[in-house]
Amino acid sequence: MLENLKKGLFKTRASLKNRLDMLFGKKEIDEEFYEELEEILLSADVGVETTLNIINSLQKRLKEEKIRDLIMAKEILKNLMVEKLRGGEQTFSFSPSDSPLVILVLGVNGVGKTTTIAKMAYHFNQQGKKVLLAAGDTFRAAAIEQLEEWTSNLPHTGLIKHQSGGDPSAVIFDAVKAAEARGIDVLICDTAGRLHTKKNLVEEMSKIYRVCGKALEGAPDEILLVLDATTGQNSIAQAKYFQEAMPVSGLVLTKLDGTARGGIIFAVKEITGIPVKLIGTGEKLEDLQPFQAEDYVEALLY
Amino acid sequence: MQATFQKLKRKGKLGEKDVDSALREVRLALLEADVNYKVVKKFIASLKERAVGAEVLKSLTPGQQVIKIVHEELVKLMGESQSKIVAGDAHPSVIMLAGLQGSGKTTTAAKLAVHLKTKGHKPMLVAADVYRPAAIEQLKTLGQKEGVPVFSLGKDDPVKIAQEALKSAVREEHDYLILDTAGRLHINEELMTELEKIKSKVNPKEILLVVDAMTGQDAVNVAETFHARLEITGVILTKLDGDTRGGAALSVREVTGRPIKFIGTGEKPDAFEPFHPDRMASRILGMGDVLTLVEKAQTVMDEEKGRELEKKLRSQSFTLEDFLEQLQQVKKMGSLDELVAMVPGFNKMAGKKGLKDLSLDEKQLVHVEAIINSMTRNERLQPEIINSSRRRRIAMGSGTNVQEVNKVLKQFEQMKKIFKQFGGMEKGGAKKKKGFLPF
Repeated sequence: MLENLKKGLFKTRASLKNRLDMLFGKKEIDEEFYEELEEILLSADVGVETTLNIINSLQKRLKEEKIRDLIMAKEILKNLMVEKLRGGEQTFSFSPSDSPLVILVLGVNGVGKTTTIAKMAYHFNQQGKKVLLAAGDTFRAAAIEQLEEWTSNLPHTGLIKHQSGGDPSAVIFDAVKAAEARGIDVLICDTAGRLHTKKNLVEEMSKIYRVCGKALEGAPDEILLVLDATTGQNSIAQAKYFQEAMPVSGLVLTKLDGTARGGIIFAVKEITGIPVKLIGTGEKLEDLQPFQAEDYVEALLY
Repeated sequence: MQATFQKLKRKGKLGEKDVDSALREVRLALLEADVNYKVVKKFIASLKERAVGAEVLKSLTPGQQVIKIVHEELVKLMGESQSKIVAGDAHPSVIMLAGLQGSGKTTTAAKLAVHLKTKGHKPMLVAADVYRPAAIEQLKTLGQKEGVPVFSLGKDDPVKIAQEALKSAVREEHDYLILDTAGRLHINEELMTELEKIKSKVNPKEILLVVDAMTGQDAVNVAETFHARLEITGVILTKLDGDTRGGAALSVREVTGRPIKFIGTGEKPDAFEPFHPDRMASRILGMGDVLTLVEKAQTVMDEEKGRELEKKLRSQSFTLEDFLEQLQQVKKMGSLDELVAMVPGFNKMAGKKGLKDLSLDEKQLVHVEAIINSMTRNERLQPEIINSSRRRRIAMGSGTNVQEVNKVLKQFEQMKKIFKQFGGMEKGGAKKKKGFLPF
């Protein structure tokens, strides 16, 4: 994963790498060192507050432990950042049982929800699992067709759909029932992604969540929120809104194959407590990987 | 108006200290709005140069003065409003949309078509996104709903699709051709080359980069690369209906120098608006209400008049003549309740005092003007002498009725009362203007 990430994160960012080499190749830890570190974190979308937090913690540690060595400082910085992402990031375990594993996938329009769903379906298919998709975005034009097209390319994946414009929670209900009846291993539900400021979207999501639990006790098993690494500070607001509707269990950070680094996940984790579970690193079906905090920080910093 | 009442705290020029402390806040605000780090750095440096030594207007605190300068510079940086689609001599004029995946190109293509259609044009949409599953169906669905024809060759070569579409548009006499290209990463060499090819074949008059307003720091890399490869002519900023501050607008503008032409504000096809640099600047700065107030009060209300008014209010010599003038000022600024609502602290108080009675629409204002103009000078200066026979005369003279004359007199009394109370509050300094400005 590290190779992929590095390749992805720094495809055109050789300059940044050099800058970091310069930063840690300096003679001493001075004002300028911290300024440059600030720049690196800010330009990775880490955000002002988190950046200052990280820098303050680093300063404090270095002072307390009287560390002047840059290599040690680098280690401390890395650990500091990794710690911030730790907790619950281990990807969901697939334990075989009679009832299907139900996964709800949330996210605003354009973050890569449908592609992520297709990638997950592919991943489970590869493991020999039977997958069913639920076309819960009944709002956006051709959202159902988009899932349909993916489904036709996947070997063991079916689709439950209603009419465009229909009630999304009805689709989810039917899909859960169908998954049970057909002995499906994994049910992955798409949802609408109209912008999260719309109150009715939150209401729609709450309803989907309730209906899901009614259709099958204990469902959903996973609620994944998809965030786009290209998005800036607004990701925090997105996570908050969706969390208001239901207990989001993990994040999927997509589009890490570009030049964006998605540093906002530090703040999202801190504020909402939701860990990153998966990352999207490309356009191919294989390009979905479990999140590893250490690898991520490494790729972000070096 | 609050600015008008603001007691002058410091006079003269902005010192380096004033500027630095205000700019620290501005820097934070811009970074939190997702303006690119480097862009912020450059902007702040140029601001400091301009702000230090600048004259502080009498009605503003140094902090407000800096914000005013910041806002002016932001608006300047954002460019003039150029919400026009340039048409070429050749028919059809080709508009090419480009951008990252998920930026909203397909929705925007449909919106642009609707926009042109309502202006009396005959646009045609081209489904050139052959990569994303169902992108073609999406455009077709949208086109059908809006009555705009969509050209498609299925999943053929996008360069060929664009060329064929152009031929078809010539035949069918469309005057605009809108190309919805596939979303792509700016670092995807193959797909960027494809865009260059399309450009060279159909010679677009407009190449518009579609940018998600929620984009973070990376907006700079994206815009830079697309511009370097395609020489874009403008930008469309999408998804501004969320609560994002949209700092990407500034980043993109700074690195490309191209105008932001339109903004997308929702899913519906008509949620498409011209770009307003001043509104965007306020939004990015995130000090909207205060800024609006400072700006409005500054540009519209004559400073000297404001001071006179203040004096009059304090000494309670506020007359109907002042009232009329005041209403005319307010008319220039927007509605009175809207304006008053922007003043923190004042809002609540005015609400209790029956602000609703004070709201005036344009038509009413004409009547009010007529009524006050029908009064003698003495009546205007001493409204208490207006008895019932005078009221009848004024009603006749202004072409209104006695009820309306009474209403105006009542409004005048109320306004006088509210202003008196407000003035007193300010003078006593009882309530600090909490939440007005962070410094």
